[in-house]
Amino acid sequence: MSWTLIALLLLPLVGSVVVAVLRRSDAAAKTAALAFALGELVLAGVTWVAYDPASTDRLQLTSSVEWIPNFGVHLSFGVDGIALVMIALIALLVPVVIGGSWADKLPEGRTAGGFFSLLLVMQTGMVGVFAATDVFLFYVFFEAVLVPMYFLIGRFGGPRRQYAAMKFFLYSLLGGLIMLASVIGLYVTSAETLGKGTFDWATLVEAMRTADTTTQIWLFLGFFIAFAIKAPLVPLHTWLPDAGAEAPVGAGVLLVGVLDKIGTFGFLRYCLPLFPAASKELAPLVLVLAVIGILYGSLLAVGQTDMKRFVAYTSIAHFGFIALGIFAFTTQASTGAVLYMVNHGISTGMLFLVVGMVMSRGGSRLIQDYGGMAKLTPVLGGLFFVAGLSSLALPGTNSFISEFLVLIGSFPTRPVHTVLATLGMVLAALYVLWLYQRVFQGPLRGTALVGVAGGPGAATAPEVGAAREVKDLGKREIAVLAPLVALILVLGVYPKPVLDVITPSVGATLSEVGVTDPVTAQEGK
Amino acid sequence: MTTGTFAAAEASTASGLAGYAWLLIALPALGAAVLLLGGRRTNAWGHLLGCATILAAFAYGVALFISSTALDPEERTQDLHLFDWISVNALEVDFGLQIDPLSLTFVLLITGVGSLIHIYSIGYMSHDADRRKFFAYLNLFVAAMLVLVLGNSFVMLYLGWEGVGLASYLLIAFWQHKPEAGSAAKKAFLMNRVGDLGLAIAIFIMFRELGTTRYDEVFSRVGELGSGTVLAITLLLLLGACGKSGQFPLQAWLPDAMAGPTPVSALIHAATMVTAGVYLVARSHPIYDLSEDGRLVVMAIGAVTLLIGCVVGCAYDDFKKVLAYSTVSQIGYMILAVGLGPVGYALGIMHLLTHGFFKAGLFLGAGSVMHGMNDEGNIRRMGGLRKYMPITFATWGLGYLALIGIPPFSGYFSKDAIIAAAFSAEGWRGWLFGGVALLGAALTAFYMTRLLILVFLGQPRWKDLRSEDGREYHPHESPLSMTVPMIVLAVGSVGAGAFFALGDRLAAWLEPSVGPLEEAHGALSHTVVGILTVVLSLLGAGLAFALFGRKPQPATRPERVSFPVRAARADLYGNALNEALFARPGTWLTRALVFVDNKGVDGVVNGTAALLGGTSGRLRRLQTGFVRSYALSMLGGSILLLAALMMVRFS
Repeated sequence: MSWTLIALLLLPLVGSVVVAVLRRSDAAAKTAALAFALGELVLAGVTWVAYDPASTDRLQLTSSVEWIPNFGVHLSFGVDGIALVMIALIALLVPVVIGGSWADKLPEGRTAGGFFSLLLVMQTGMVGVFAATDVFLFYVFFEAVLVPMYFLIGRFGGPRRQYAAMKFFLYSLLGGLIMLASVIGLYVTSAETLGKGTFDWATLVEAMRTADTTTQIWLFLGFFIAFAIKAPLVPLHTWLPDAGAEAPVGAGVLLVGVLDKIGTFGFLRYCLPLFPAASKELAPLVLVLAVIGILYGSLLAVGQTDMKRFVAYTSIAHFGFIALGIFAFTTQASTGAVLYMVNHGISTGMLFLVVGMVMSRGGSRLIQDYGGMAKLTPVLGGLFFVAGLSSLALPGTNSFISEFLVLIGSFPTRPVHTVLATLGMVLAALYVLWLYQRVFQGPLRGTALVGVAGGPGAATAPEVGAAREVKDLGKREIAVLAPLVALILVLGVYPKPVLDVITPSVGATLSEVGVTDPVTAQEGK
Repeated sequence: MTTGTFAAAEASTASGLAGYAWLLIALPALGAAVLLLGGRRTNAWGHLLGCATILAAFAYGVALFISSTALDPEERTQDLHLFDWISVNALEVDFGLQIDPLSLTFVLLITGVGSLIHIYSIGYMSHDADRRKFFAYLNLFVAAMLVLVLGNSFVMLYLGWEGVGLASYLLIAFWQHKPEAGSAAKKAFLMNRVGDLGLAIAIFIMFRELGTTRYDEVFSRVGELGSGTVLAITLLLLLGACGKSGQFPLQAWLPDAMAGPTPVSALIHAATMVTAGVYLVARSHPIYDLSEDGRLVVMAIGAVTLLIGCVVGCAYDDFKKVLAYSTVSQIGYMILAVGLGPVGYALGIMHLLTHGFFKAGLFLGAGSVMHGMNDEGNIRRMGGLRKYMPITFATWGLGYLALIGIPPFSGYFSKDAIIAAAFSAEGWRGWLFGGVALLGAALTAFYMTRLLILVFLGQPRWKDLRSEDGREYHPHESPLSMTVPMIVLAVGSVGAGAFFALGDRLAAWLEPSVGPLEEAHGALSHTVVGILTVVLSLLGAGLAFALFGRKPQPATRPERVSFPVRAARADLYGNALNEALFARPGTWLTRALVFVDNKGVDGVVNGTAALLGGTSGRLRRLQTGFVRSYALSMLGGSILLLAALMMVRFS
């Protein structure tokens, strides 16, 4: 019985109550939220140290108590390397988000305490999703995280927040319900094979091994659709641009950075080990969706006029890479996919934050309202550029390692898909550099930065006005971005500590599927 | 040379001085980091730190070179493992360096020319408020370029390869007040990425087929591969080389890149980065040795590009763009040379080195002229500047003589050797490629002489003109910090070729890296080719004198010109083709997709989702007992929750 995961679950929950109680004083609520988030980060560090990557235990730091004995439902927790890195990512991003949202202008009548309290509730939910090792418990957490996110978008978001929140909620809920059918199907199947139904993940993996392919395919689809909505694969992606654009920046970071990874995590933890035959059978279909996602998401990112929707579409492309890596079935590609999940959280999280910082200065989400901003805010321009470089997977940044691993790992089994996916590299360079050019480079222009002089022609020649007072990043903003920049660079040069945690768990997952690497270590090396 | 395996000198583990080779990369990288993170506090001394780190790297490089010459040739290849970089089961990529004659040669070129251009930039950028940032990016470039040439695997090469692309992007876009700078930088990066696709996929093939990306392992086992696979690798690597080195069909970015400050054009877009493609082919020679077809494509690309560069170079009126097309063309020579195989690898590198001297010198000269002419770049608005800028004129003139290949200047030895080797290719190839190379020599002399006349000789056409900002032109010689590097490079332009070529000194030094230089025996003897080259060059120069030197030239370019000139002025329609094939259809596709995604996919998916909900309902009916009622209550609960949420509506 290990208490570390339970502590990780409970601390933010306690924090959310404390913050809610303190909500009348903004300062107290904010400080308390940050303190709890930092405490959680320390706990996550302890968990990281306690986890032993060399151990042969499939799940570590496990704990379990009965919940609904009639159906064999347990409150059981445990992590493998994949879940561990995701929990570490959550613990890292929440304090960053709190720091980043510190001075946000909230809609009328909303308090910072309410906002941060919801963030901390969501943190508990997210940790639960990754730490649950009972399939039913996983389902409960899967649905539970919707609620705080629904309120974060619906209460604190942009002008179309109600539409976006409802769309997000409906999509996810629907996916969840389909998954529920499969969860129950799993229980029934296990009851048939084992004589007694169970929701325990490890037991189910054993039980499902002998299940016939048709059953596996039906149950696989239930999980898959839920996950494909979460980590949006084309054509189930249309909720993300709306939700991403309307969500307050902090919630958007967690939505795209962590919440969506529940989908790709689900592929790895549930689809692959529970339904190995179905996974192999349906992999070609998923791979096609993945490649379409990469190209479609990239092309749409190129065509966006709204910066937040832009970030959402780049994520759709990135999720295509992750799905490709997972379903290519090699340890290099899948390890790359998991690292991609972490790196995407860092770099897209940062991209969301810097977009938020641009918007808080110019007051507009539209790209065309900006131009030549680097002149006014060189530090913001530089950090925006760093986030962009990570997004286009420049070697030397974190994302290169993951994208490279996905591609080089996928090539031996899926050369055609890989070559098509590689085109995404060119498109990524195009969408990142073009956005940067339009917002930051060239002469100062755009209604958001230059006060427009009255009279006809002002709209076509906005440079006639005087520059608005736009300040560069303050100390708080730099402090929020600094850890992300550091991680982008450090993980780009020395990813070994993270890779060493991920690789054994990915290897175990793939051996549960029953596939082996086509490229093996050379003899005599 | 198709025996299959390359008897590479066994790499020994680096020891002694070579054990510190990481300093070569760390020093400039540290400089860049301090300047970028230190911000305005480092404004006062940032440029000095930038120069000091590069000079220190150069000094170390020289020491390493000297200590290496003391070793036996077989012992000159040393491997330095720093740490595991990307390692997942069978894939093992070290952060490791390979110190061998080829990489050391590049180290000296990069840090040597890099030092001179850093020093030159102190003066050139002295009026720029962002000089510190400029030096930071320049340092970043040197660090990345050294990773490129020192890496011990194709993935390390790729790290440096895209790293120099980043530095190039930042420096092309450096002058933000020029609206075209951002576009030019983006174009350079994008066209490079297209090339990088080739390099990346070549790496994927190596991993799939050989399980490794390390040079020594790939080269020793490449013979196990089928000829189709080897051909694919050679062509994909060539695509990478075309992107980085501005070779056809990816040449269009290089002239645009001249929007960057001139020292950048000299260092990155003439002397070092753009020659990385030549390095790549020479480095991968054990692969190219195995594929005759692959090398034929390399030669063809080199030959086509060298002609494109010459032809367009004849028509431009922008000082730096003429030099840029000249660079495109000269790299075409180098690519042609390394495509020739064992008779050409060392020659390609030799021309790369001599070109590094004289082209950097020519660019710095151009910068000096523009510096003294209110940043004017149009050669029609110049003329007669030799009197006002004697040092610039003299050093530029020496570079000019080297480039057009007049003996005994550098270019004569390196270019003449390539042309002679081209004639030695088998059958029709020898005549075709040799002929193209000869024609190129004549054209080179023509456009360079035109440049010389319009800038330095003839009437001072600028006297009655004003620059764009309304100032009069007062041409003057540049300060010492600028002229001294030009003088040093001029010395190289004069002597480097003879030094490298006589007694095959360079070829012998490079032998452990690129194999022995095979002697070229062609349809025409080396002597005949040498005489022909010089005669044709003189003819080209003479024609330019006849056309431009005998009567005063107009200060605006004539618009009523013949079709060939119009075509050359339009880059032989390369940009128009890119526009028609990629840019416009791409824009259209993107717009259409955005429309479809907003209107179509959203609606269809909402409908499908409802349908899928129904399907899962059918699945649920299959289940029995408690589970069913539980599921139903769950569904009911969800619907209630949903209804509640919809009613509350965030009141």
